[in-house]
Amino acid sequence: METLERIIAEHPFFAGLESYYTNLLTGCASNVLFDAGTYIFKEGEEANEFYLIRSGRVALEIFAPQRKPIMLATLGEGEILGWSWLLPPYLWKFHAHAVEPVRAIALDGKCLRTKCEQNHDLGYEILKRFAQIMEQRLEATRLQLLDVYAVR
Amino acid sequence: MAAQARVVLTLRQFEKLIPALHSRGYQVVGPTVRDGAIVYDVLEGISDFPVGWTDEQEAGRYRLRRRNDNALFGYVVGPQSWKKYLHPAEVRLLTAERSGHTFRILNNQPSPPRRAFLGVRACELSAIVVQDRVLQGDRYRDSIYAAHREGIFIVAVNCTQAAPTCFCTSMGTGPRVRGGCDLALTELIGPGRHEFVIEAGSDAGAEVLAELAPSSSVASESVCQEAEAAVERAASQIQRHLDTTGIRELLYTNFDHPRWDNVAQRCLTCANCTMVCPTCFCTTVEDVSDVTGTHAERWRKWDSCFAQNFSYIHGGSVRSSAKSRYRQWMTHKLASWIDQFGSSGCVGCGRCITWCPVGIDITEEVRAIRESPASSSLVSSKESSHGNS
Amino acid sequence: MIMATTTIDDPMLPQPCPVRQVVRETSDTFTLKLEAPSGAGGNWFQPGQFSMLWVFGVGELPISISGDPAERDRLVYTVRSVGQATQTLVSREVGEAVGVRGPFGTGWPVEQAQGRDVLVIAGGIGLAPLRPVIYEVLHHREKYGRLVILYGARSPRDLLYRKELAAWARQRETQVLVTVDYGGLSWRGNVGVVTTLFKYVRLQPARSMAFACGPEVMMRFVARDLETQGLTRENIYLSMERNMKCAVGFCGHCQYGPHFICKDGPIFSFDRLRPLLGKYDL
Repeated sequence: METLERIIAEHPFFAGLESYYTNLLTGCASNVLFDAGTYIFKEGEEANEFYLIRSGRVALEIFAPQRKPIMLATLGEGEILGWSWLLPPYLWKFHAHAVEPVRAIALDGKCLRTKCEQNHDLGYEILKRFAQIMEQRLEATRLQLLDVYAVR
Repeated sequence: MAAQARVVLTLRQFEKLIPALHSRGYQVVGPTVRDGAIVYDVLEGISDFPVGWTDEQEAGRYRLRRRNDNALFGYVVGPQSWKKYLHPAEVRLLTAERSGHTFRILNNQPSPPRRAFLGVRACELSAIVVQDRVLQGDRYRDSIYAAHREGIFIVAVNCTQAAPTCFCTSMGTGPRVRGGCDLALTELIGPGRHEFVIEAGSDAGAEVLAELAPSSSVASESVCQEAEAAVERAASQIQRHLDTTGIRELLYTNFDHPRWDNVAQRCLTCANCTMVCPTCFCTTVEDVSDVTGTHAERWRKWDSCFAQNFSYIHGGSVRSSAKSRYRQWMTHKLASWIDQFGSSGCVGCGRCITWCPVGIDITEEVRAIRESPASSSLVSSKESSHGNS
Repeated sequence: MIMATTTIDDPMLPQPCPVRQVVRETSDTFTLKLEAPSGAGGNWFQPGQFSMLWVFGVGELPISISGDPAERDRLVYTVRSVGQATQTLVSREVGEAVGVRGPFGTGWPVEQAQGRDVLVIAGGIGLAPLRPVIYEVLHHREKYGRLVILYGARSPRDLLYRKELAAWARQRETQVLVTVDYGGLSWRGNVGVVTTLFKYVRLQPARSMAFACGPEVMMRFVARDLETQGLTRENIYLSMERNMKCAVGFCGHCQYGPHFICKDGPIFSFDRLRPLLGKYDL
């Protein structure tokens, strides 16, 4: 637990949080390990946790009928995986596929949701941080959409 | 310019100028009437001049009209400029011949004839200097321009009238000729009088002048004053003005000015302005080969930044809208040119105003941008783009 | 801007250089290795410069030189076939001559980068004009700090110089990260635009210099992200591209604001470009 606490407290994503909150988060955290090739979560499942990737690579995939699964993006060391736990309907929108063996810290999103409802200051801090991630991902995705390397 | 005495030539004496230049091996080019305009072409004698003709110019309008005298230089500038000869519209860059797996460049460039330009206005002289800087005075030297430019004998003419489209005074280029020529003249014409006050600007010019005029025809003080007054009259007739104060910053900081949308609604991107402009220098290169594929040529031809594909790179043109192209031309001519070559690219000859089919006036466009500062809020930008700014 | 007064006569005549090797890099991209003209050593290329390649009777193209500056007998060009002229160029066979004019333009400021970490950020075929920088740094490894190569392509099939990328990754103090926009089934690497690779680099902005080349919109975002991470604009360099006909500042086609890409560029510092980059129809 002590190692977990240090990792969470020192992670840039949680920087600036009062120690009371980081303690709270640590209480909801656990170490997890995913073998290469396994799915961390699948589209449609209940989203009850999010992950802080410590090593390995995770691919976000989407499956469409009559098409092979499409890899939308990859996330690696130091990145946050998953925000669907935060907003209703609390369901995963994509598959998360461990492309390499993945070591991560899982945080209990369901537990955290309740705490955010009770403590709006905590809720605001969490939302702020996730909003920034969403913005970065959105921007990167938009650039990807541009298909800059295509020949017109 | 060498300080030379001014000389007065009678018409008869002046008529000997062209033969004098011919005898020195020059092909003489100068103004002549053709197709309802005064253009530049090879002159054989005095009768090739637009004798007794003048021009009426306004935005989008050019007509020739008969004068009530026989002045040789009684008009302003026509659609052509001397770049026709110095920076020709079509030039062959190279000829190459395939030989096996490789090719050879054939050294068969014809030399241009030695030319004398007869009738160069002050603004045109400035334009030649501007093009000299672009094509000879920068990092690389255009050998074709250099070959056509070398040894040109210039007979400059001080303007004694201005067209409504002229604005040389704003650009500091006229109407008075200030050096850079071999001979400079002012035509004085009136009832019972037709003479030319002329001075040499170089040794070559002095040598020709000595042949045309006996030394006793040195101009008197009063005749010199009359010549000065004639040029002053031209200056006083100037109607259009282009305020060049801080024009570089003005155009650089008004990239999004609504005036560009306004002019874009009028501009046809016909490229007339770039063709008549004496300083525009853009060209393109085209490849030609024969049917057997053993003989290839590369040709350089005039191009215009108004052309749709001028800025084409894979995927499309960078400047696809008329707005972006007009803005590019005007900003380059009046602002970027200063950063690139140390002076304005515009000499105030007014040709672009005259020959624009819809009469777009560069002096008016600058005024419109200057007088209504760029919108600082999003709303006013939309509102002021309707109608005239 | 007023350039040096050395005037070079007749840079408009191409020299025939025989093709010595054609390497197919991807489905539409080829690397041509030409025999350098004799006497070319006197005017050898700087990393980042380009040549005008002339196909007899067809047309001429500005192509960045992408070979090793230390190999003085070869001029190497990686060309993507996107139209008639490029298609004809890449179809040249060994032994056939290609007309070469140049080298033209400004190069990457590799000397200024000595003693610093060098970030090479490439998108698509943008890796080609950056490859000479990589060679230069690796040849004089002790003069430079860390070498970080970030490379993004459309898909795994479009990656250039795959073997070299792997070899570069094995060099000391050298980090190579690759990403693609579309991964496909068997790709196990990164997916996302090249800016998503920044987070895997431990940047020391005060001692870094970045050289980026790729589609203009990609370079815009890369430069902006680098600045956010603490690099100063004077230490970020981009390679710009515009239509070119003469490459010597006379035809007017390559103008970008007041700059002639052919002689004031193609390499510019972000400091000079920043006011221009946001204006898409400049």
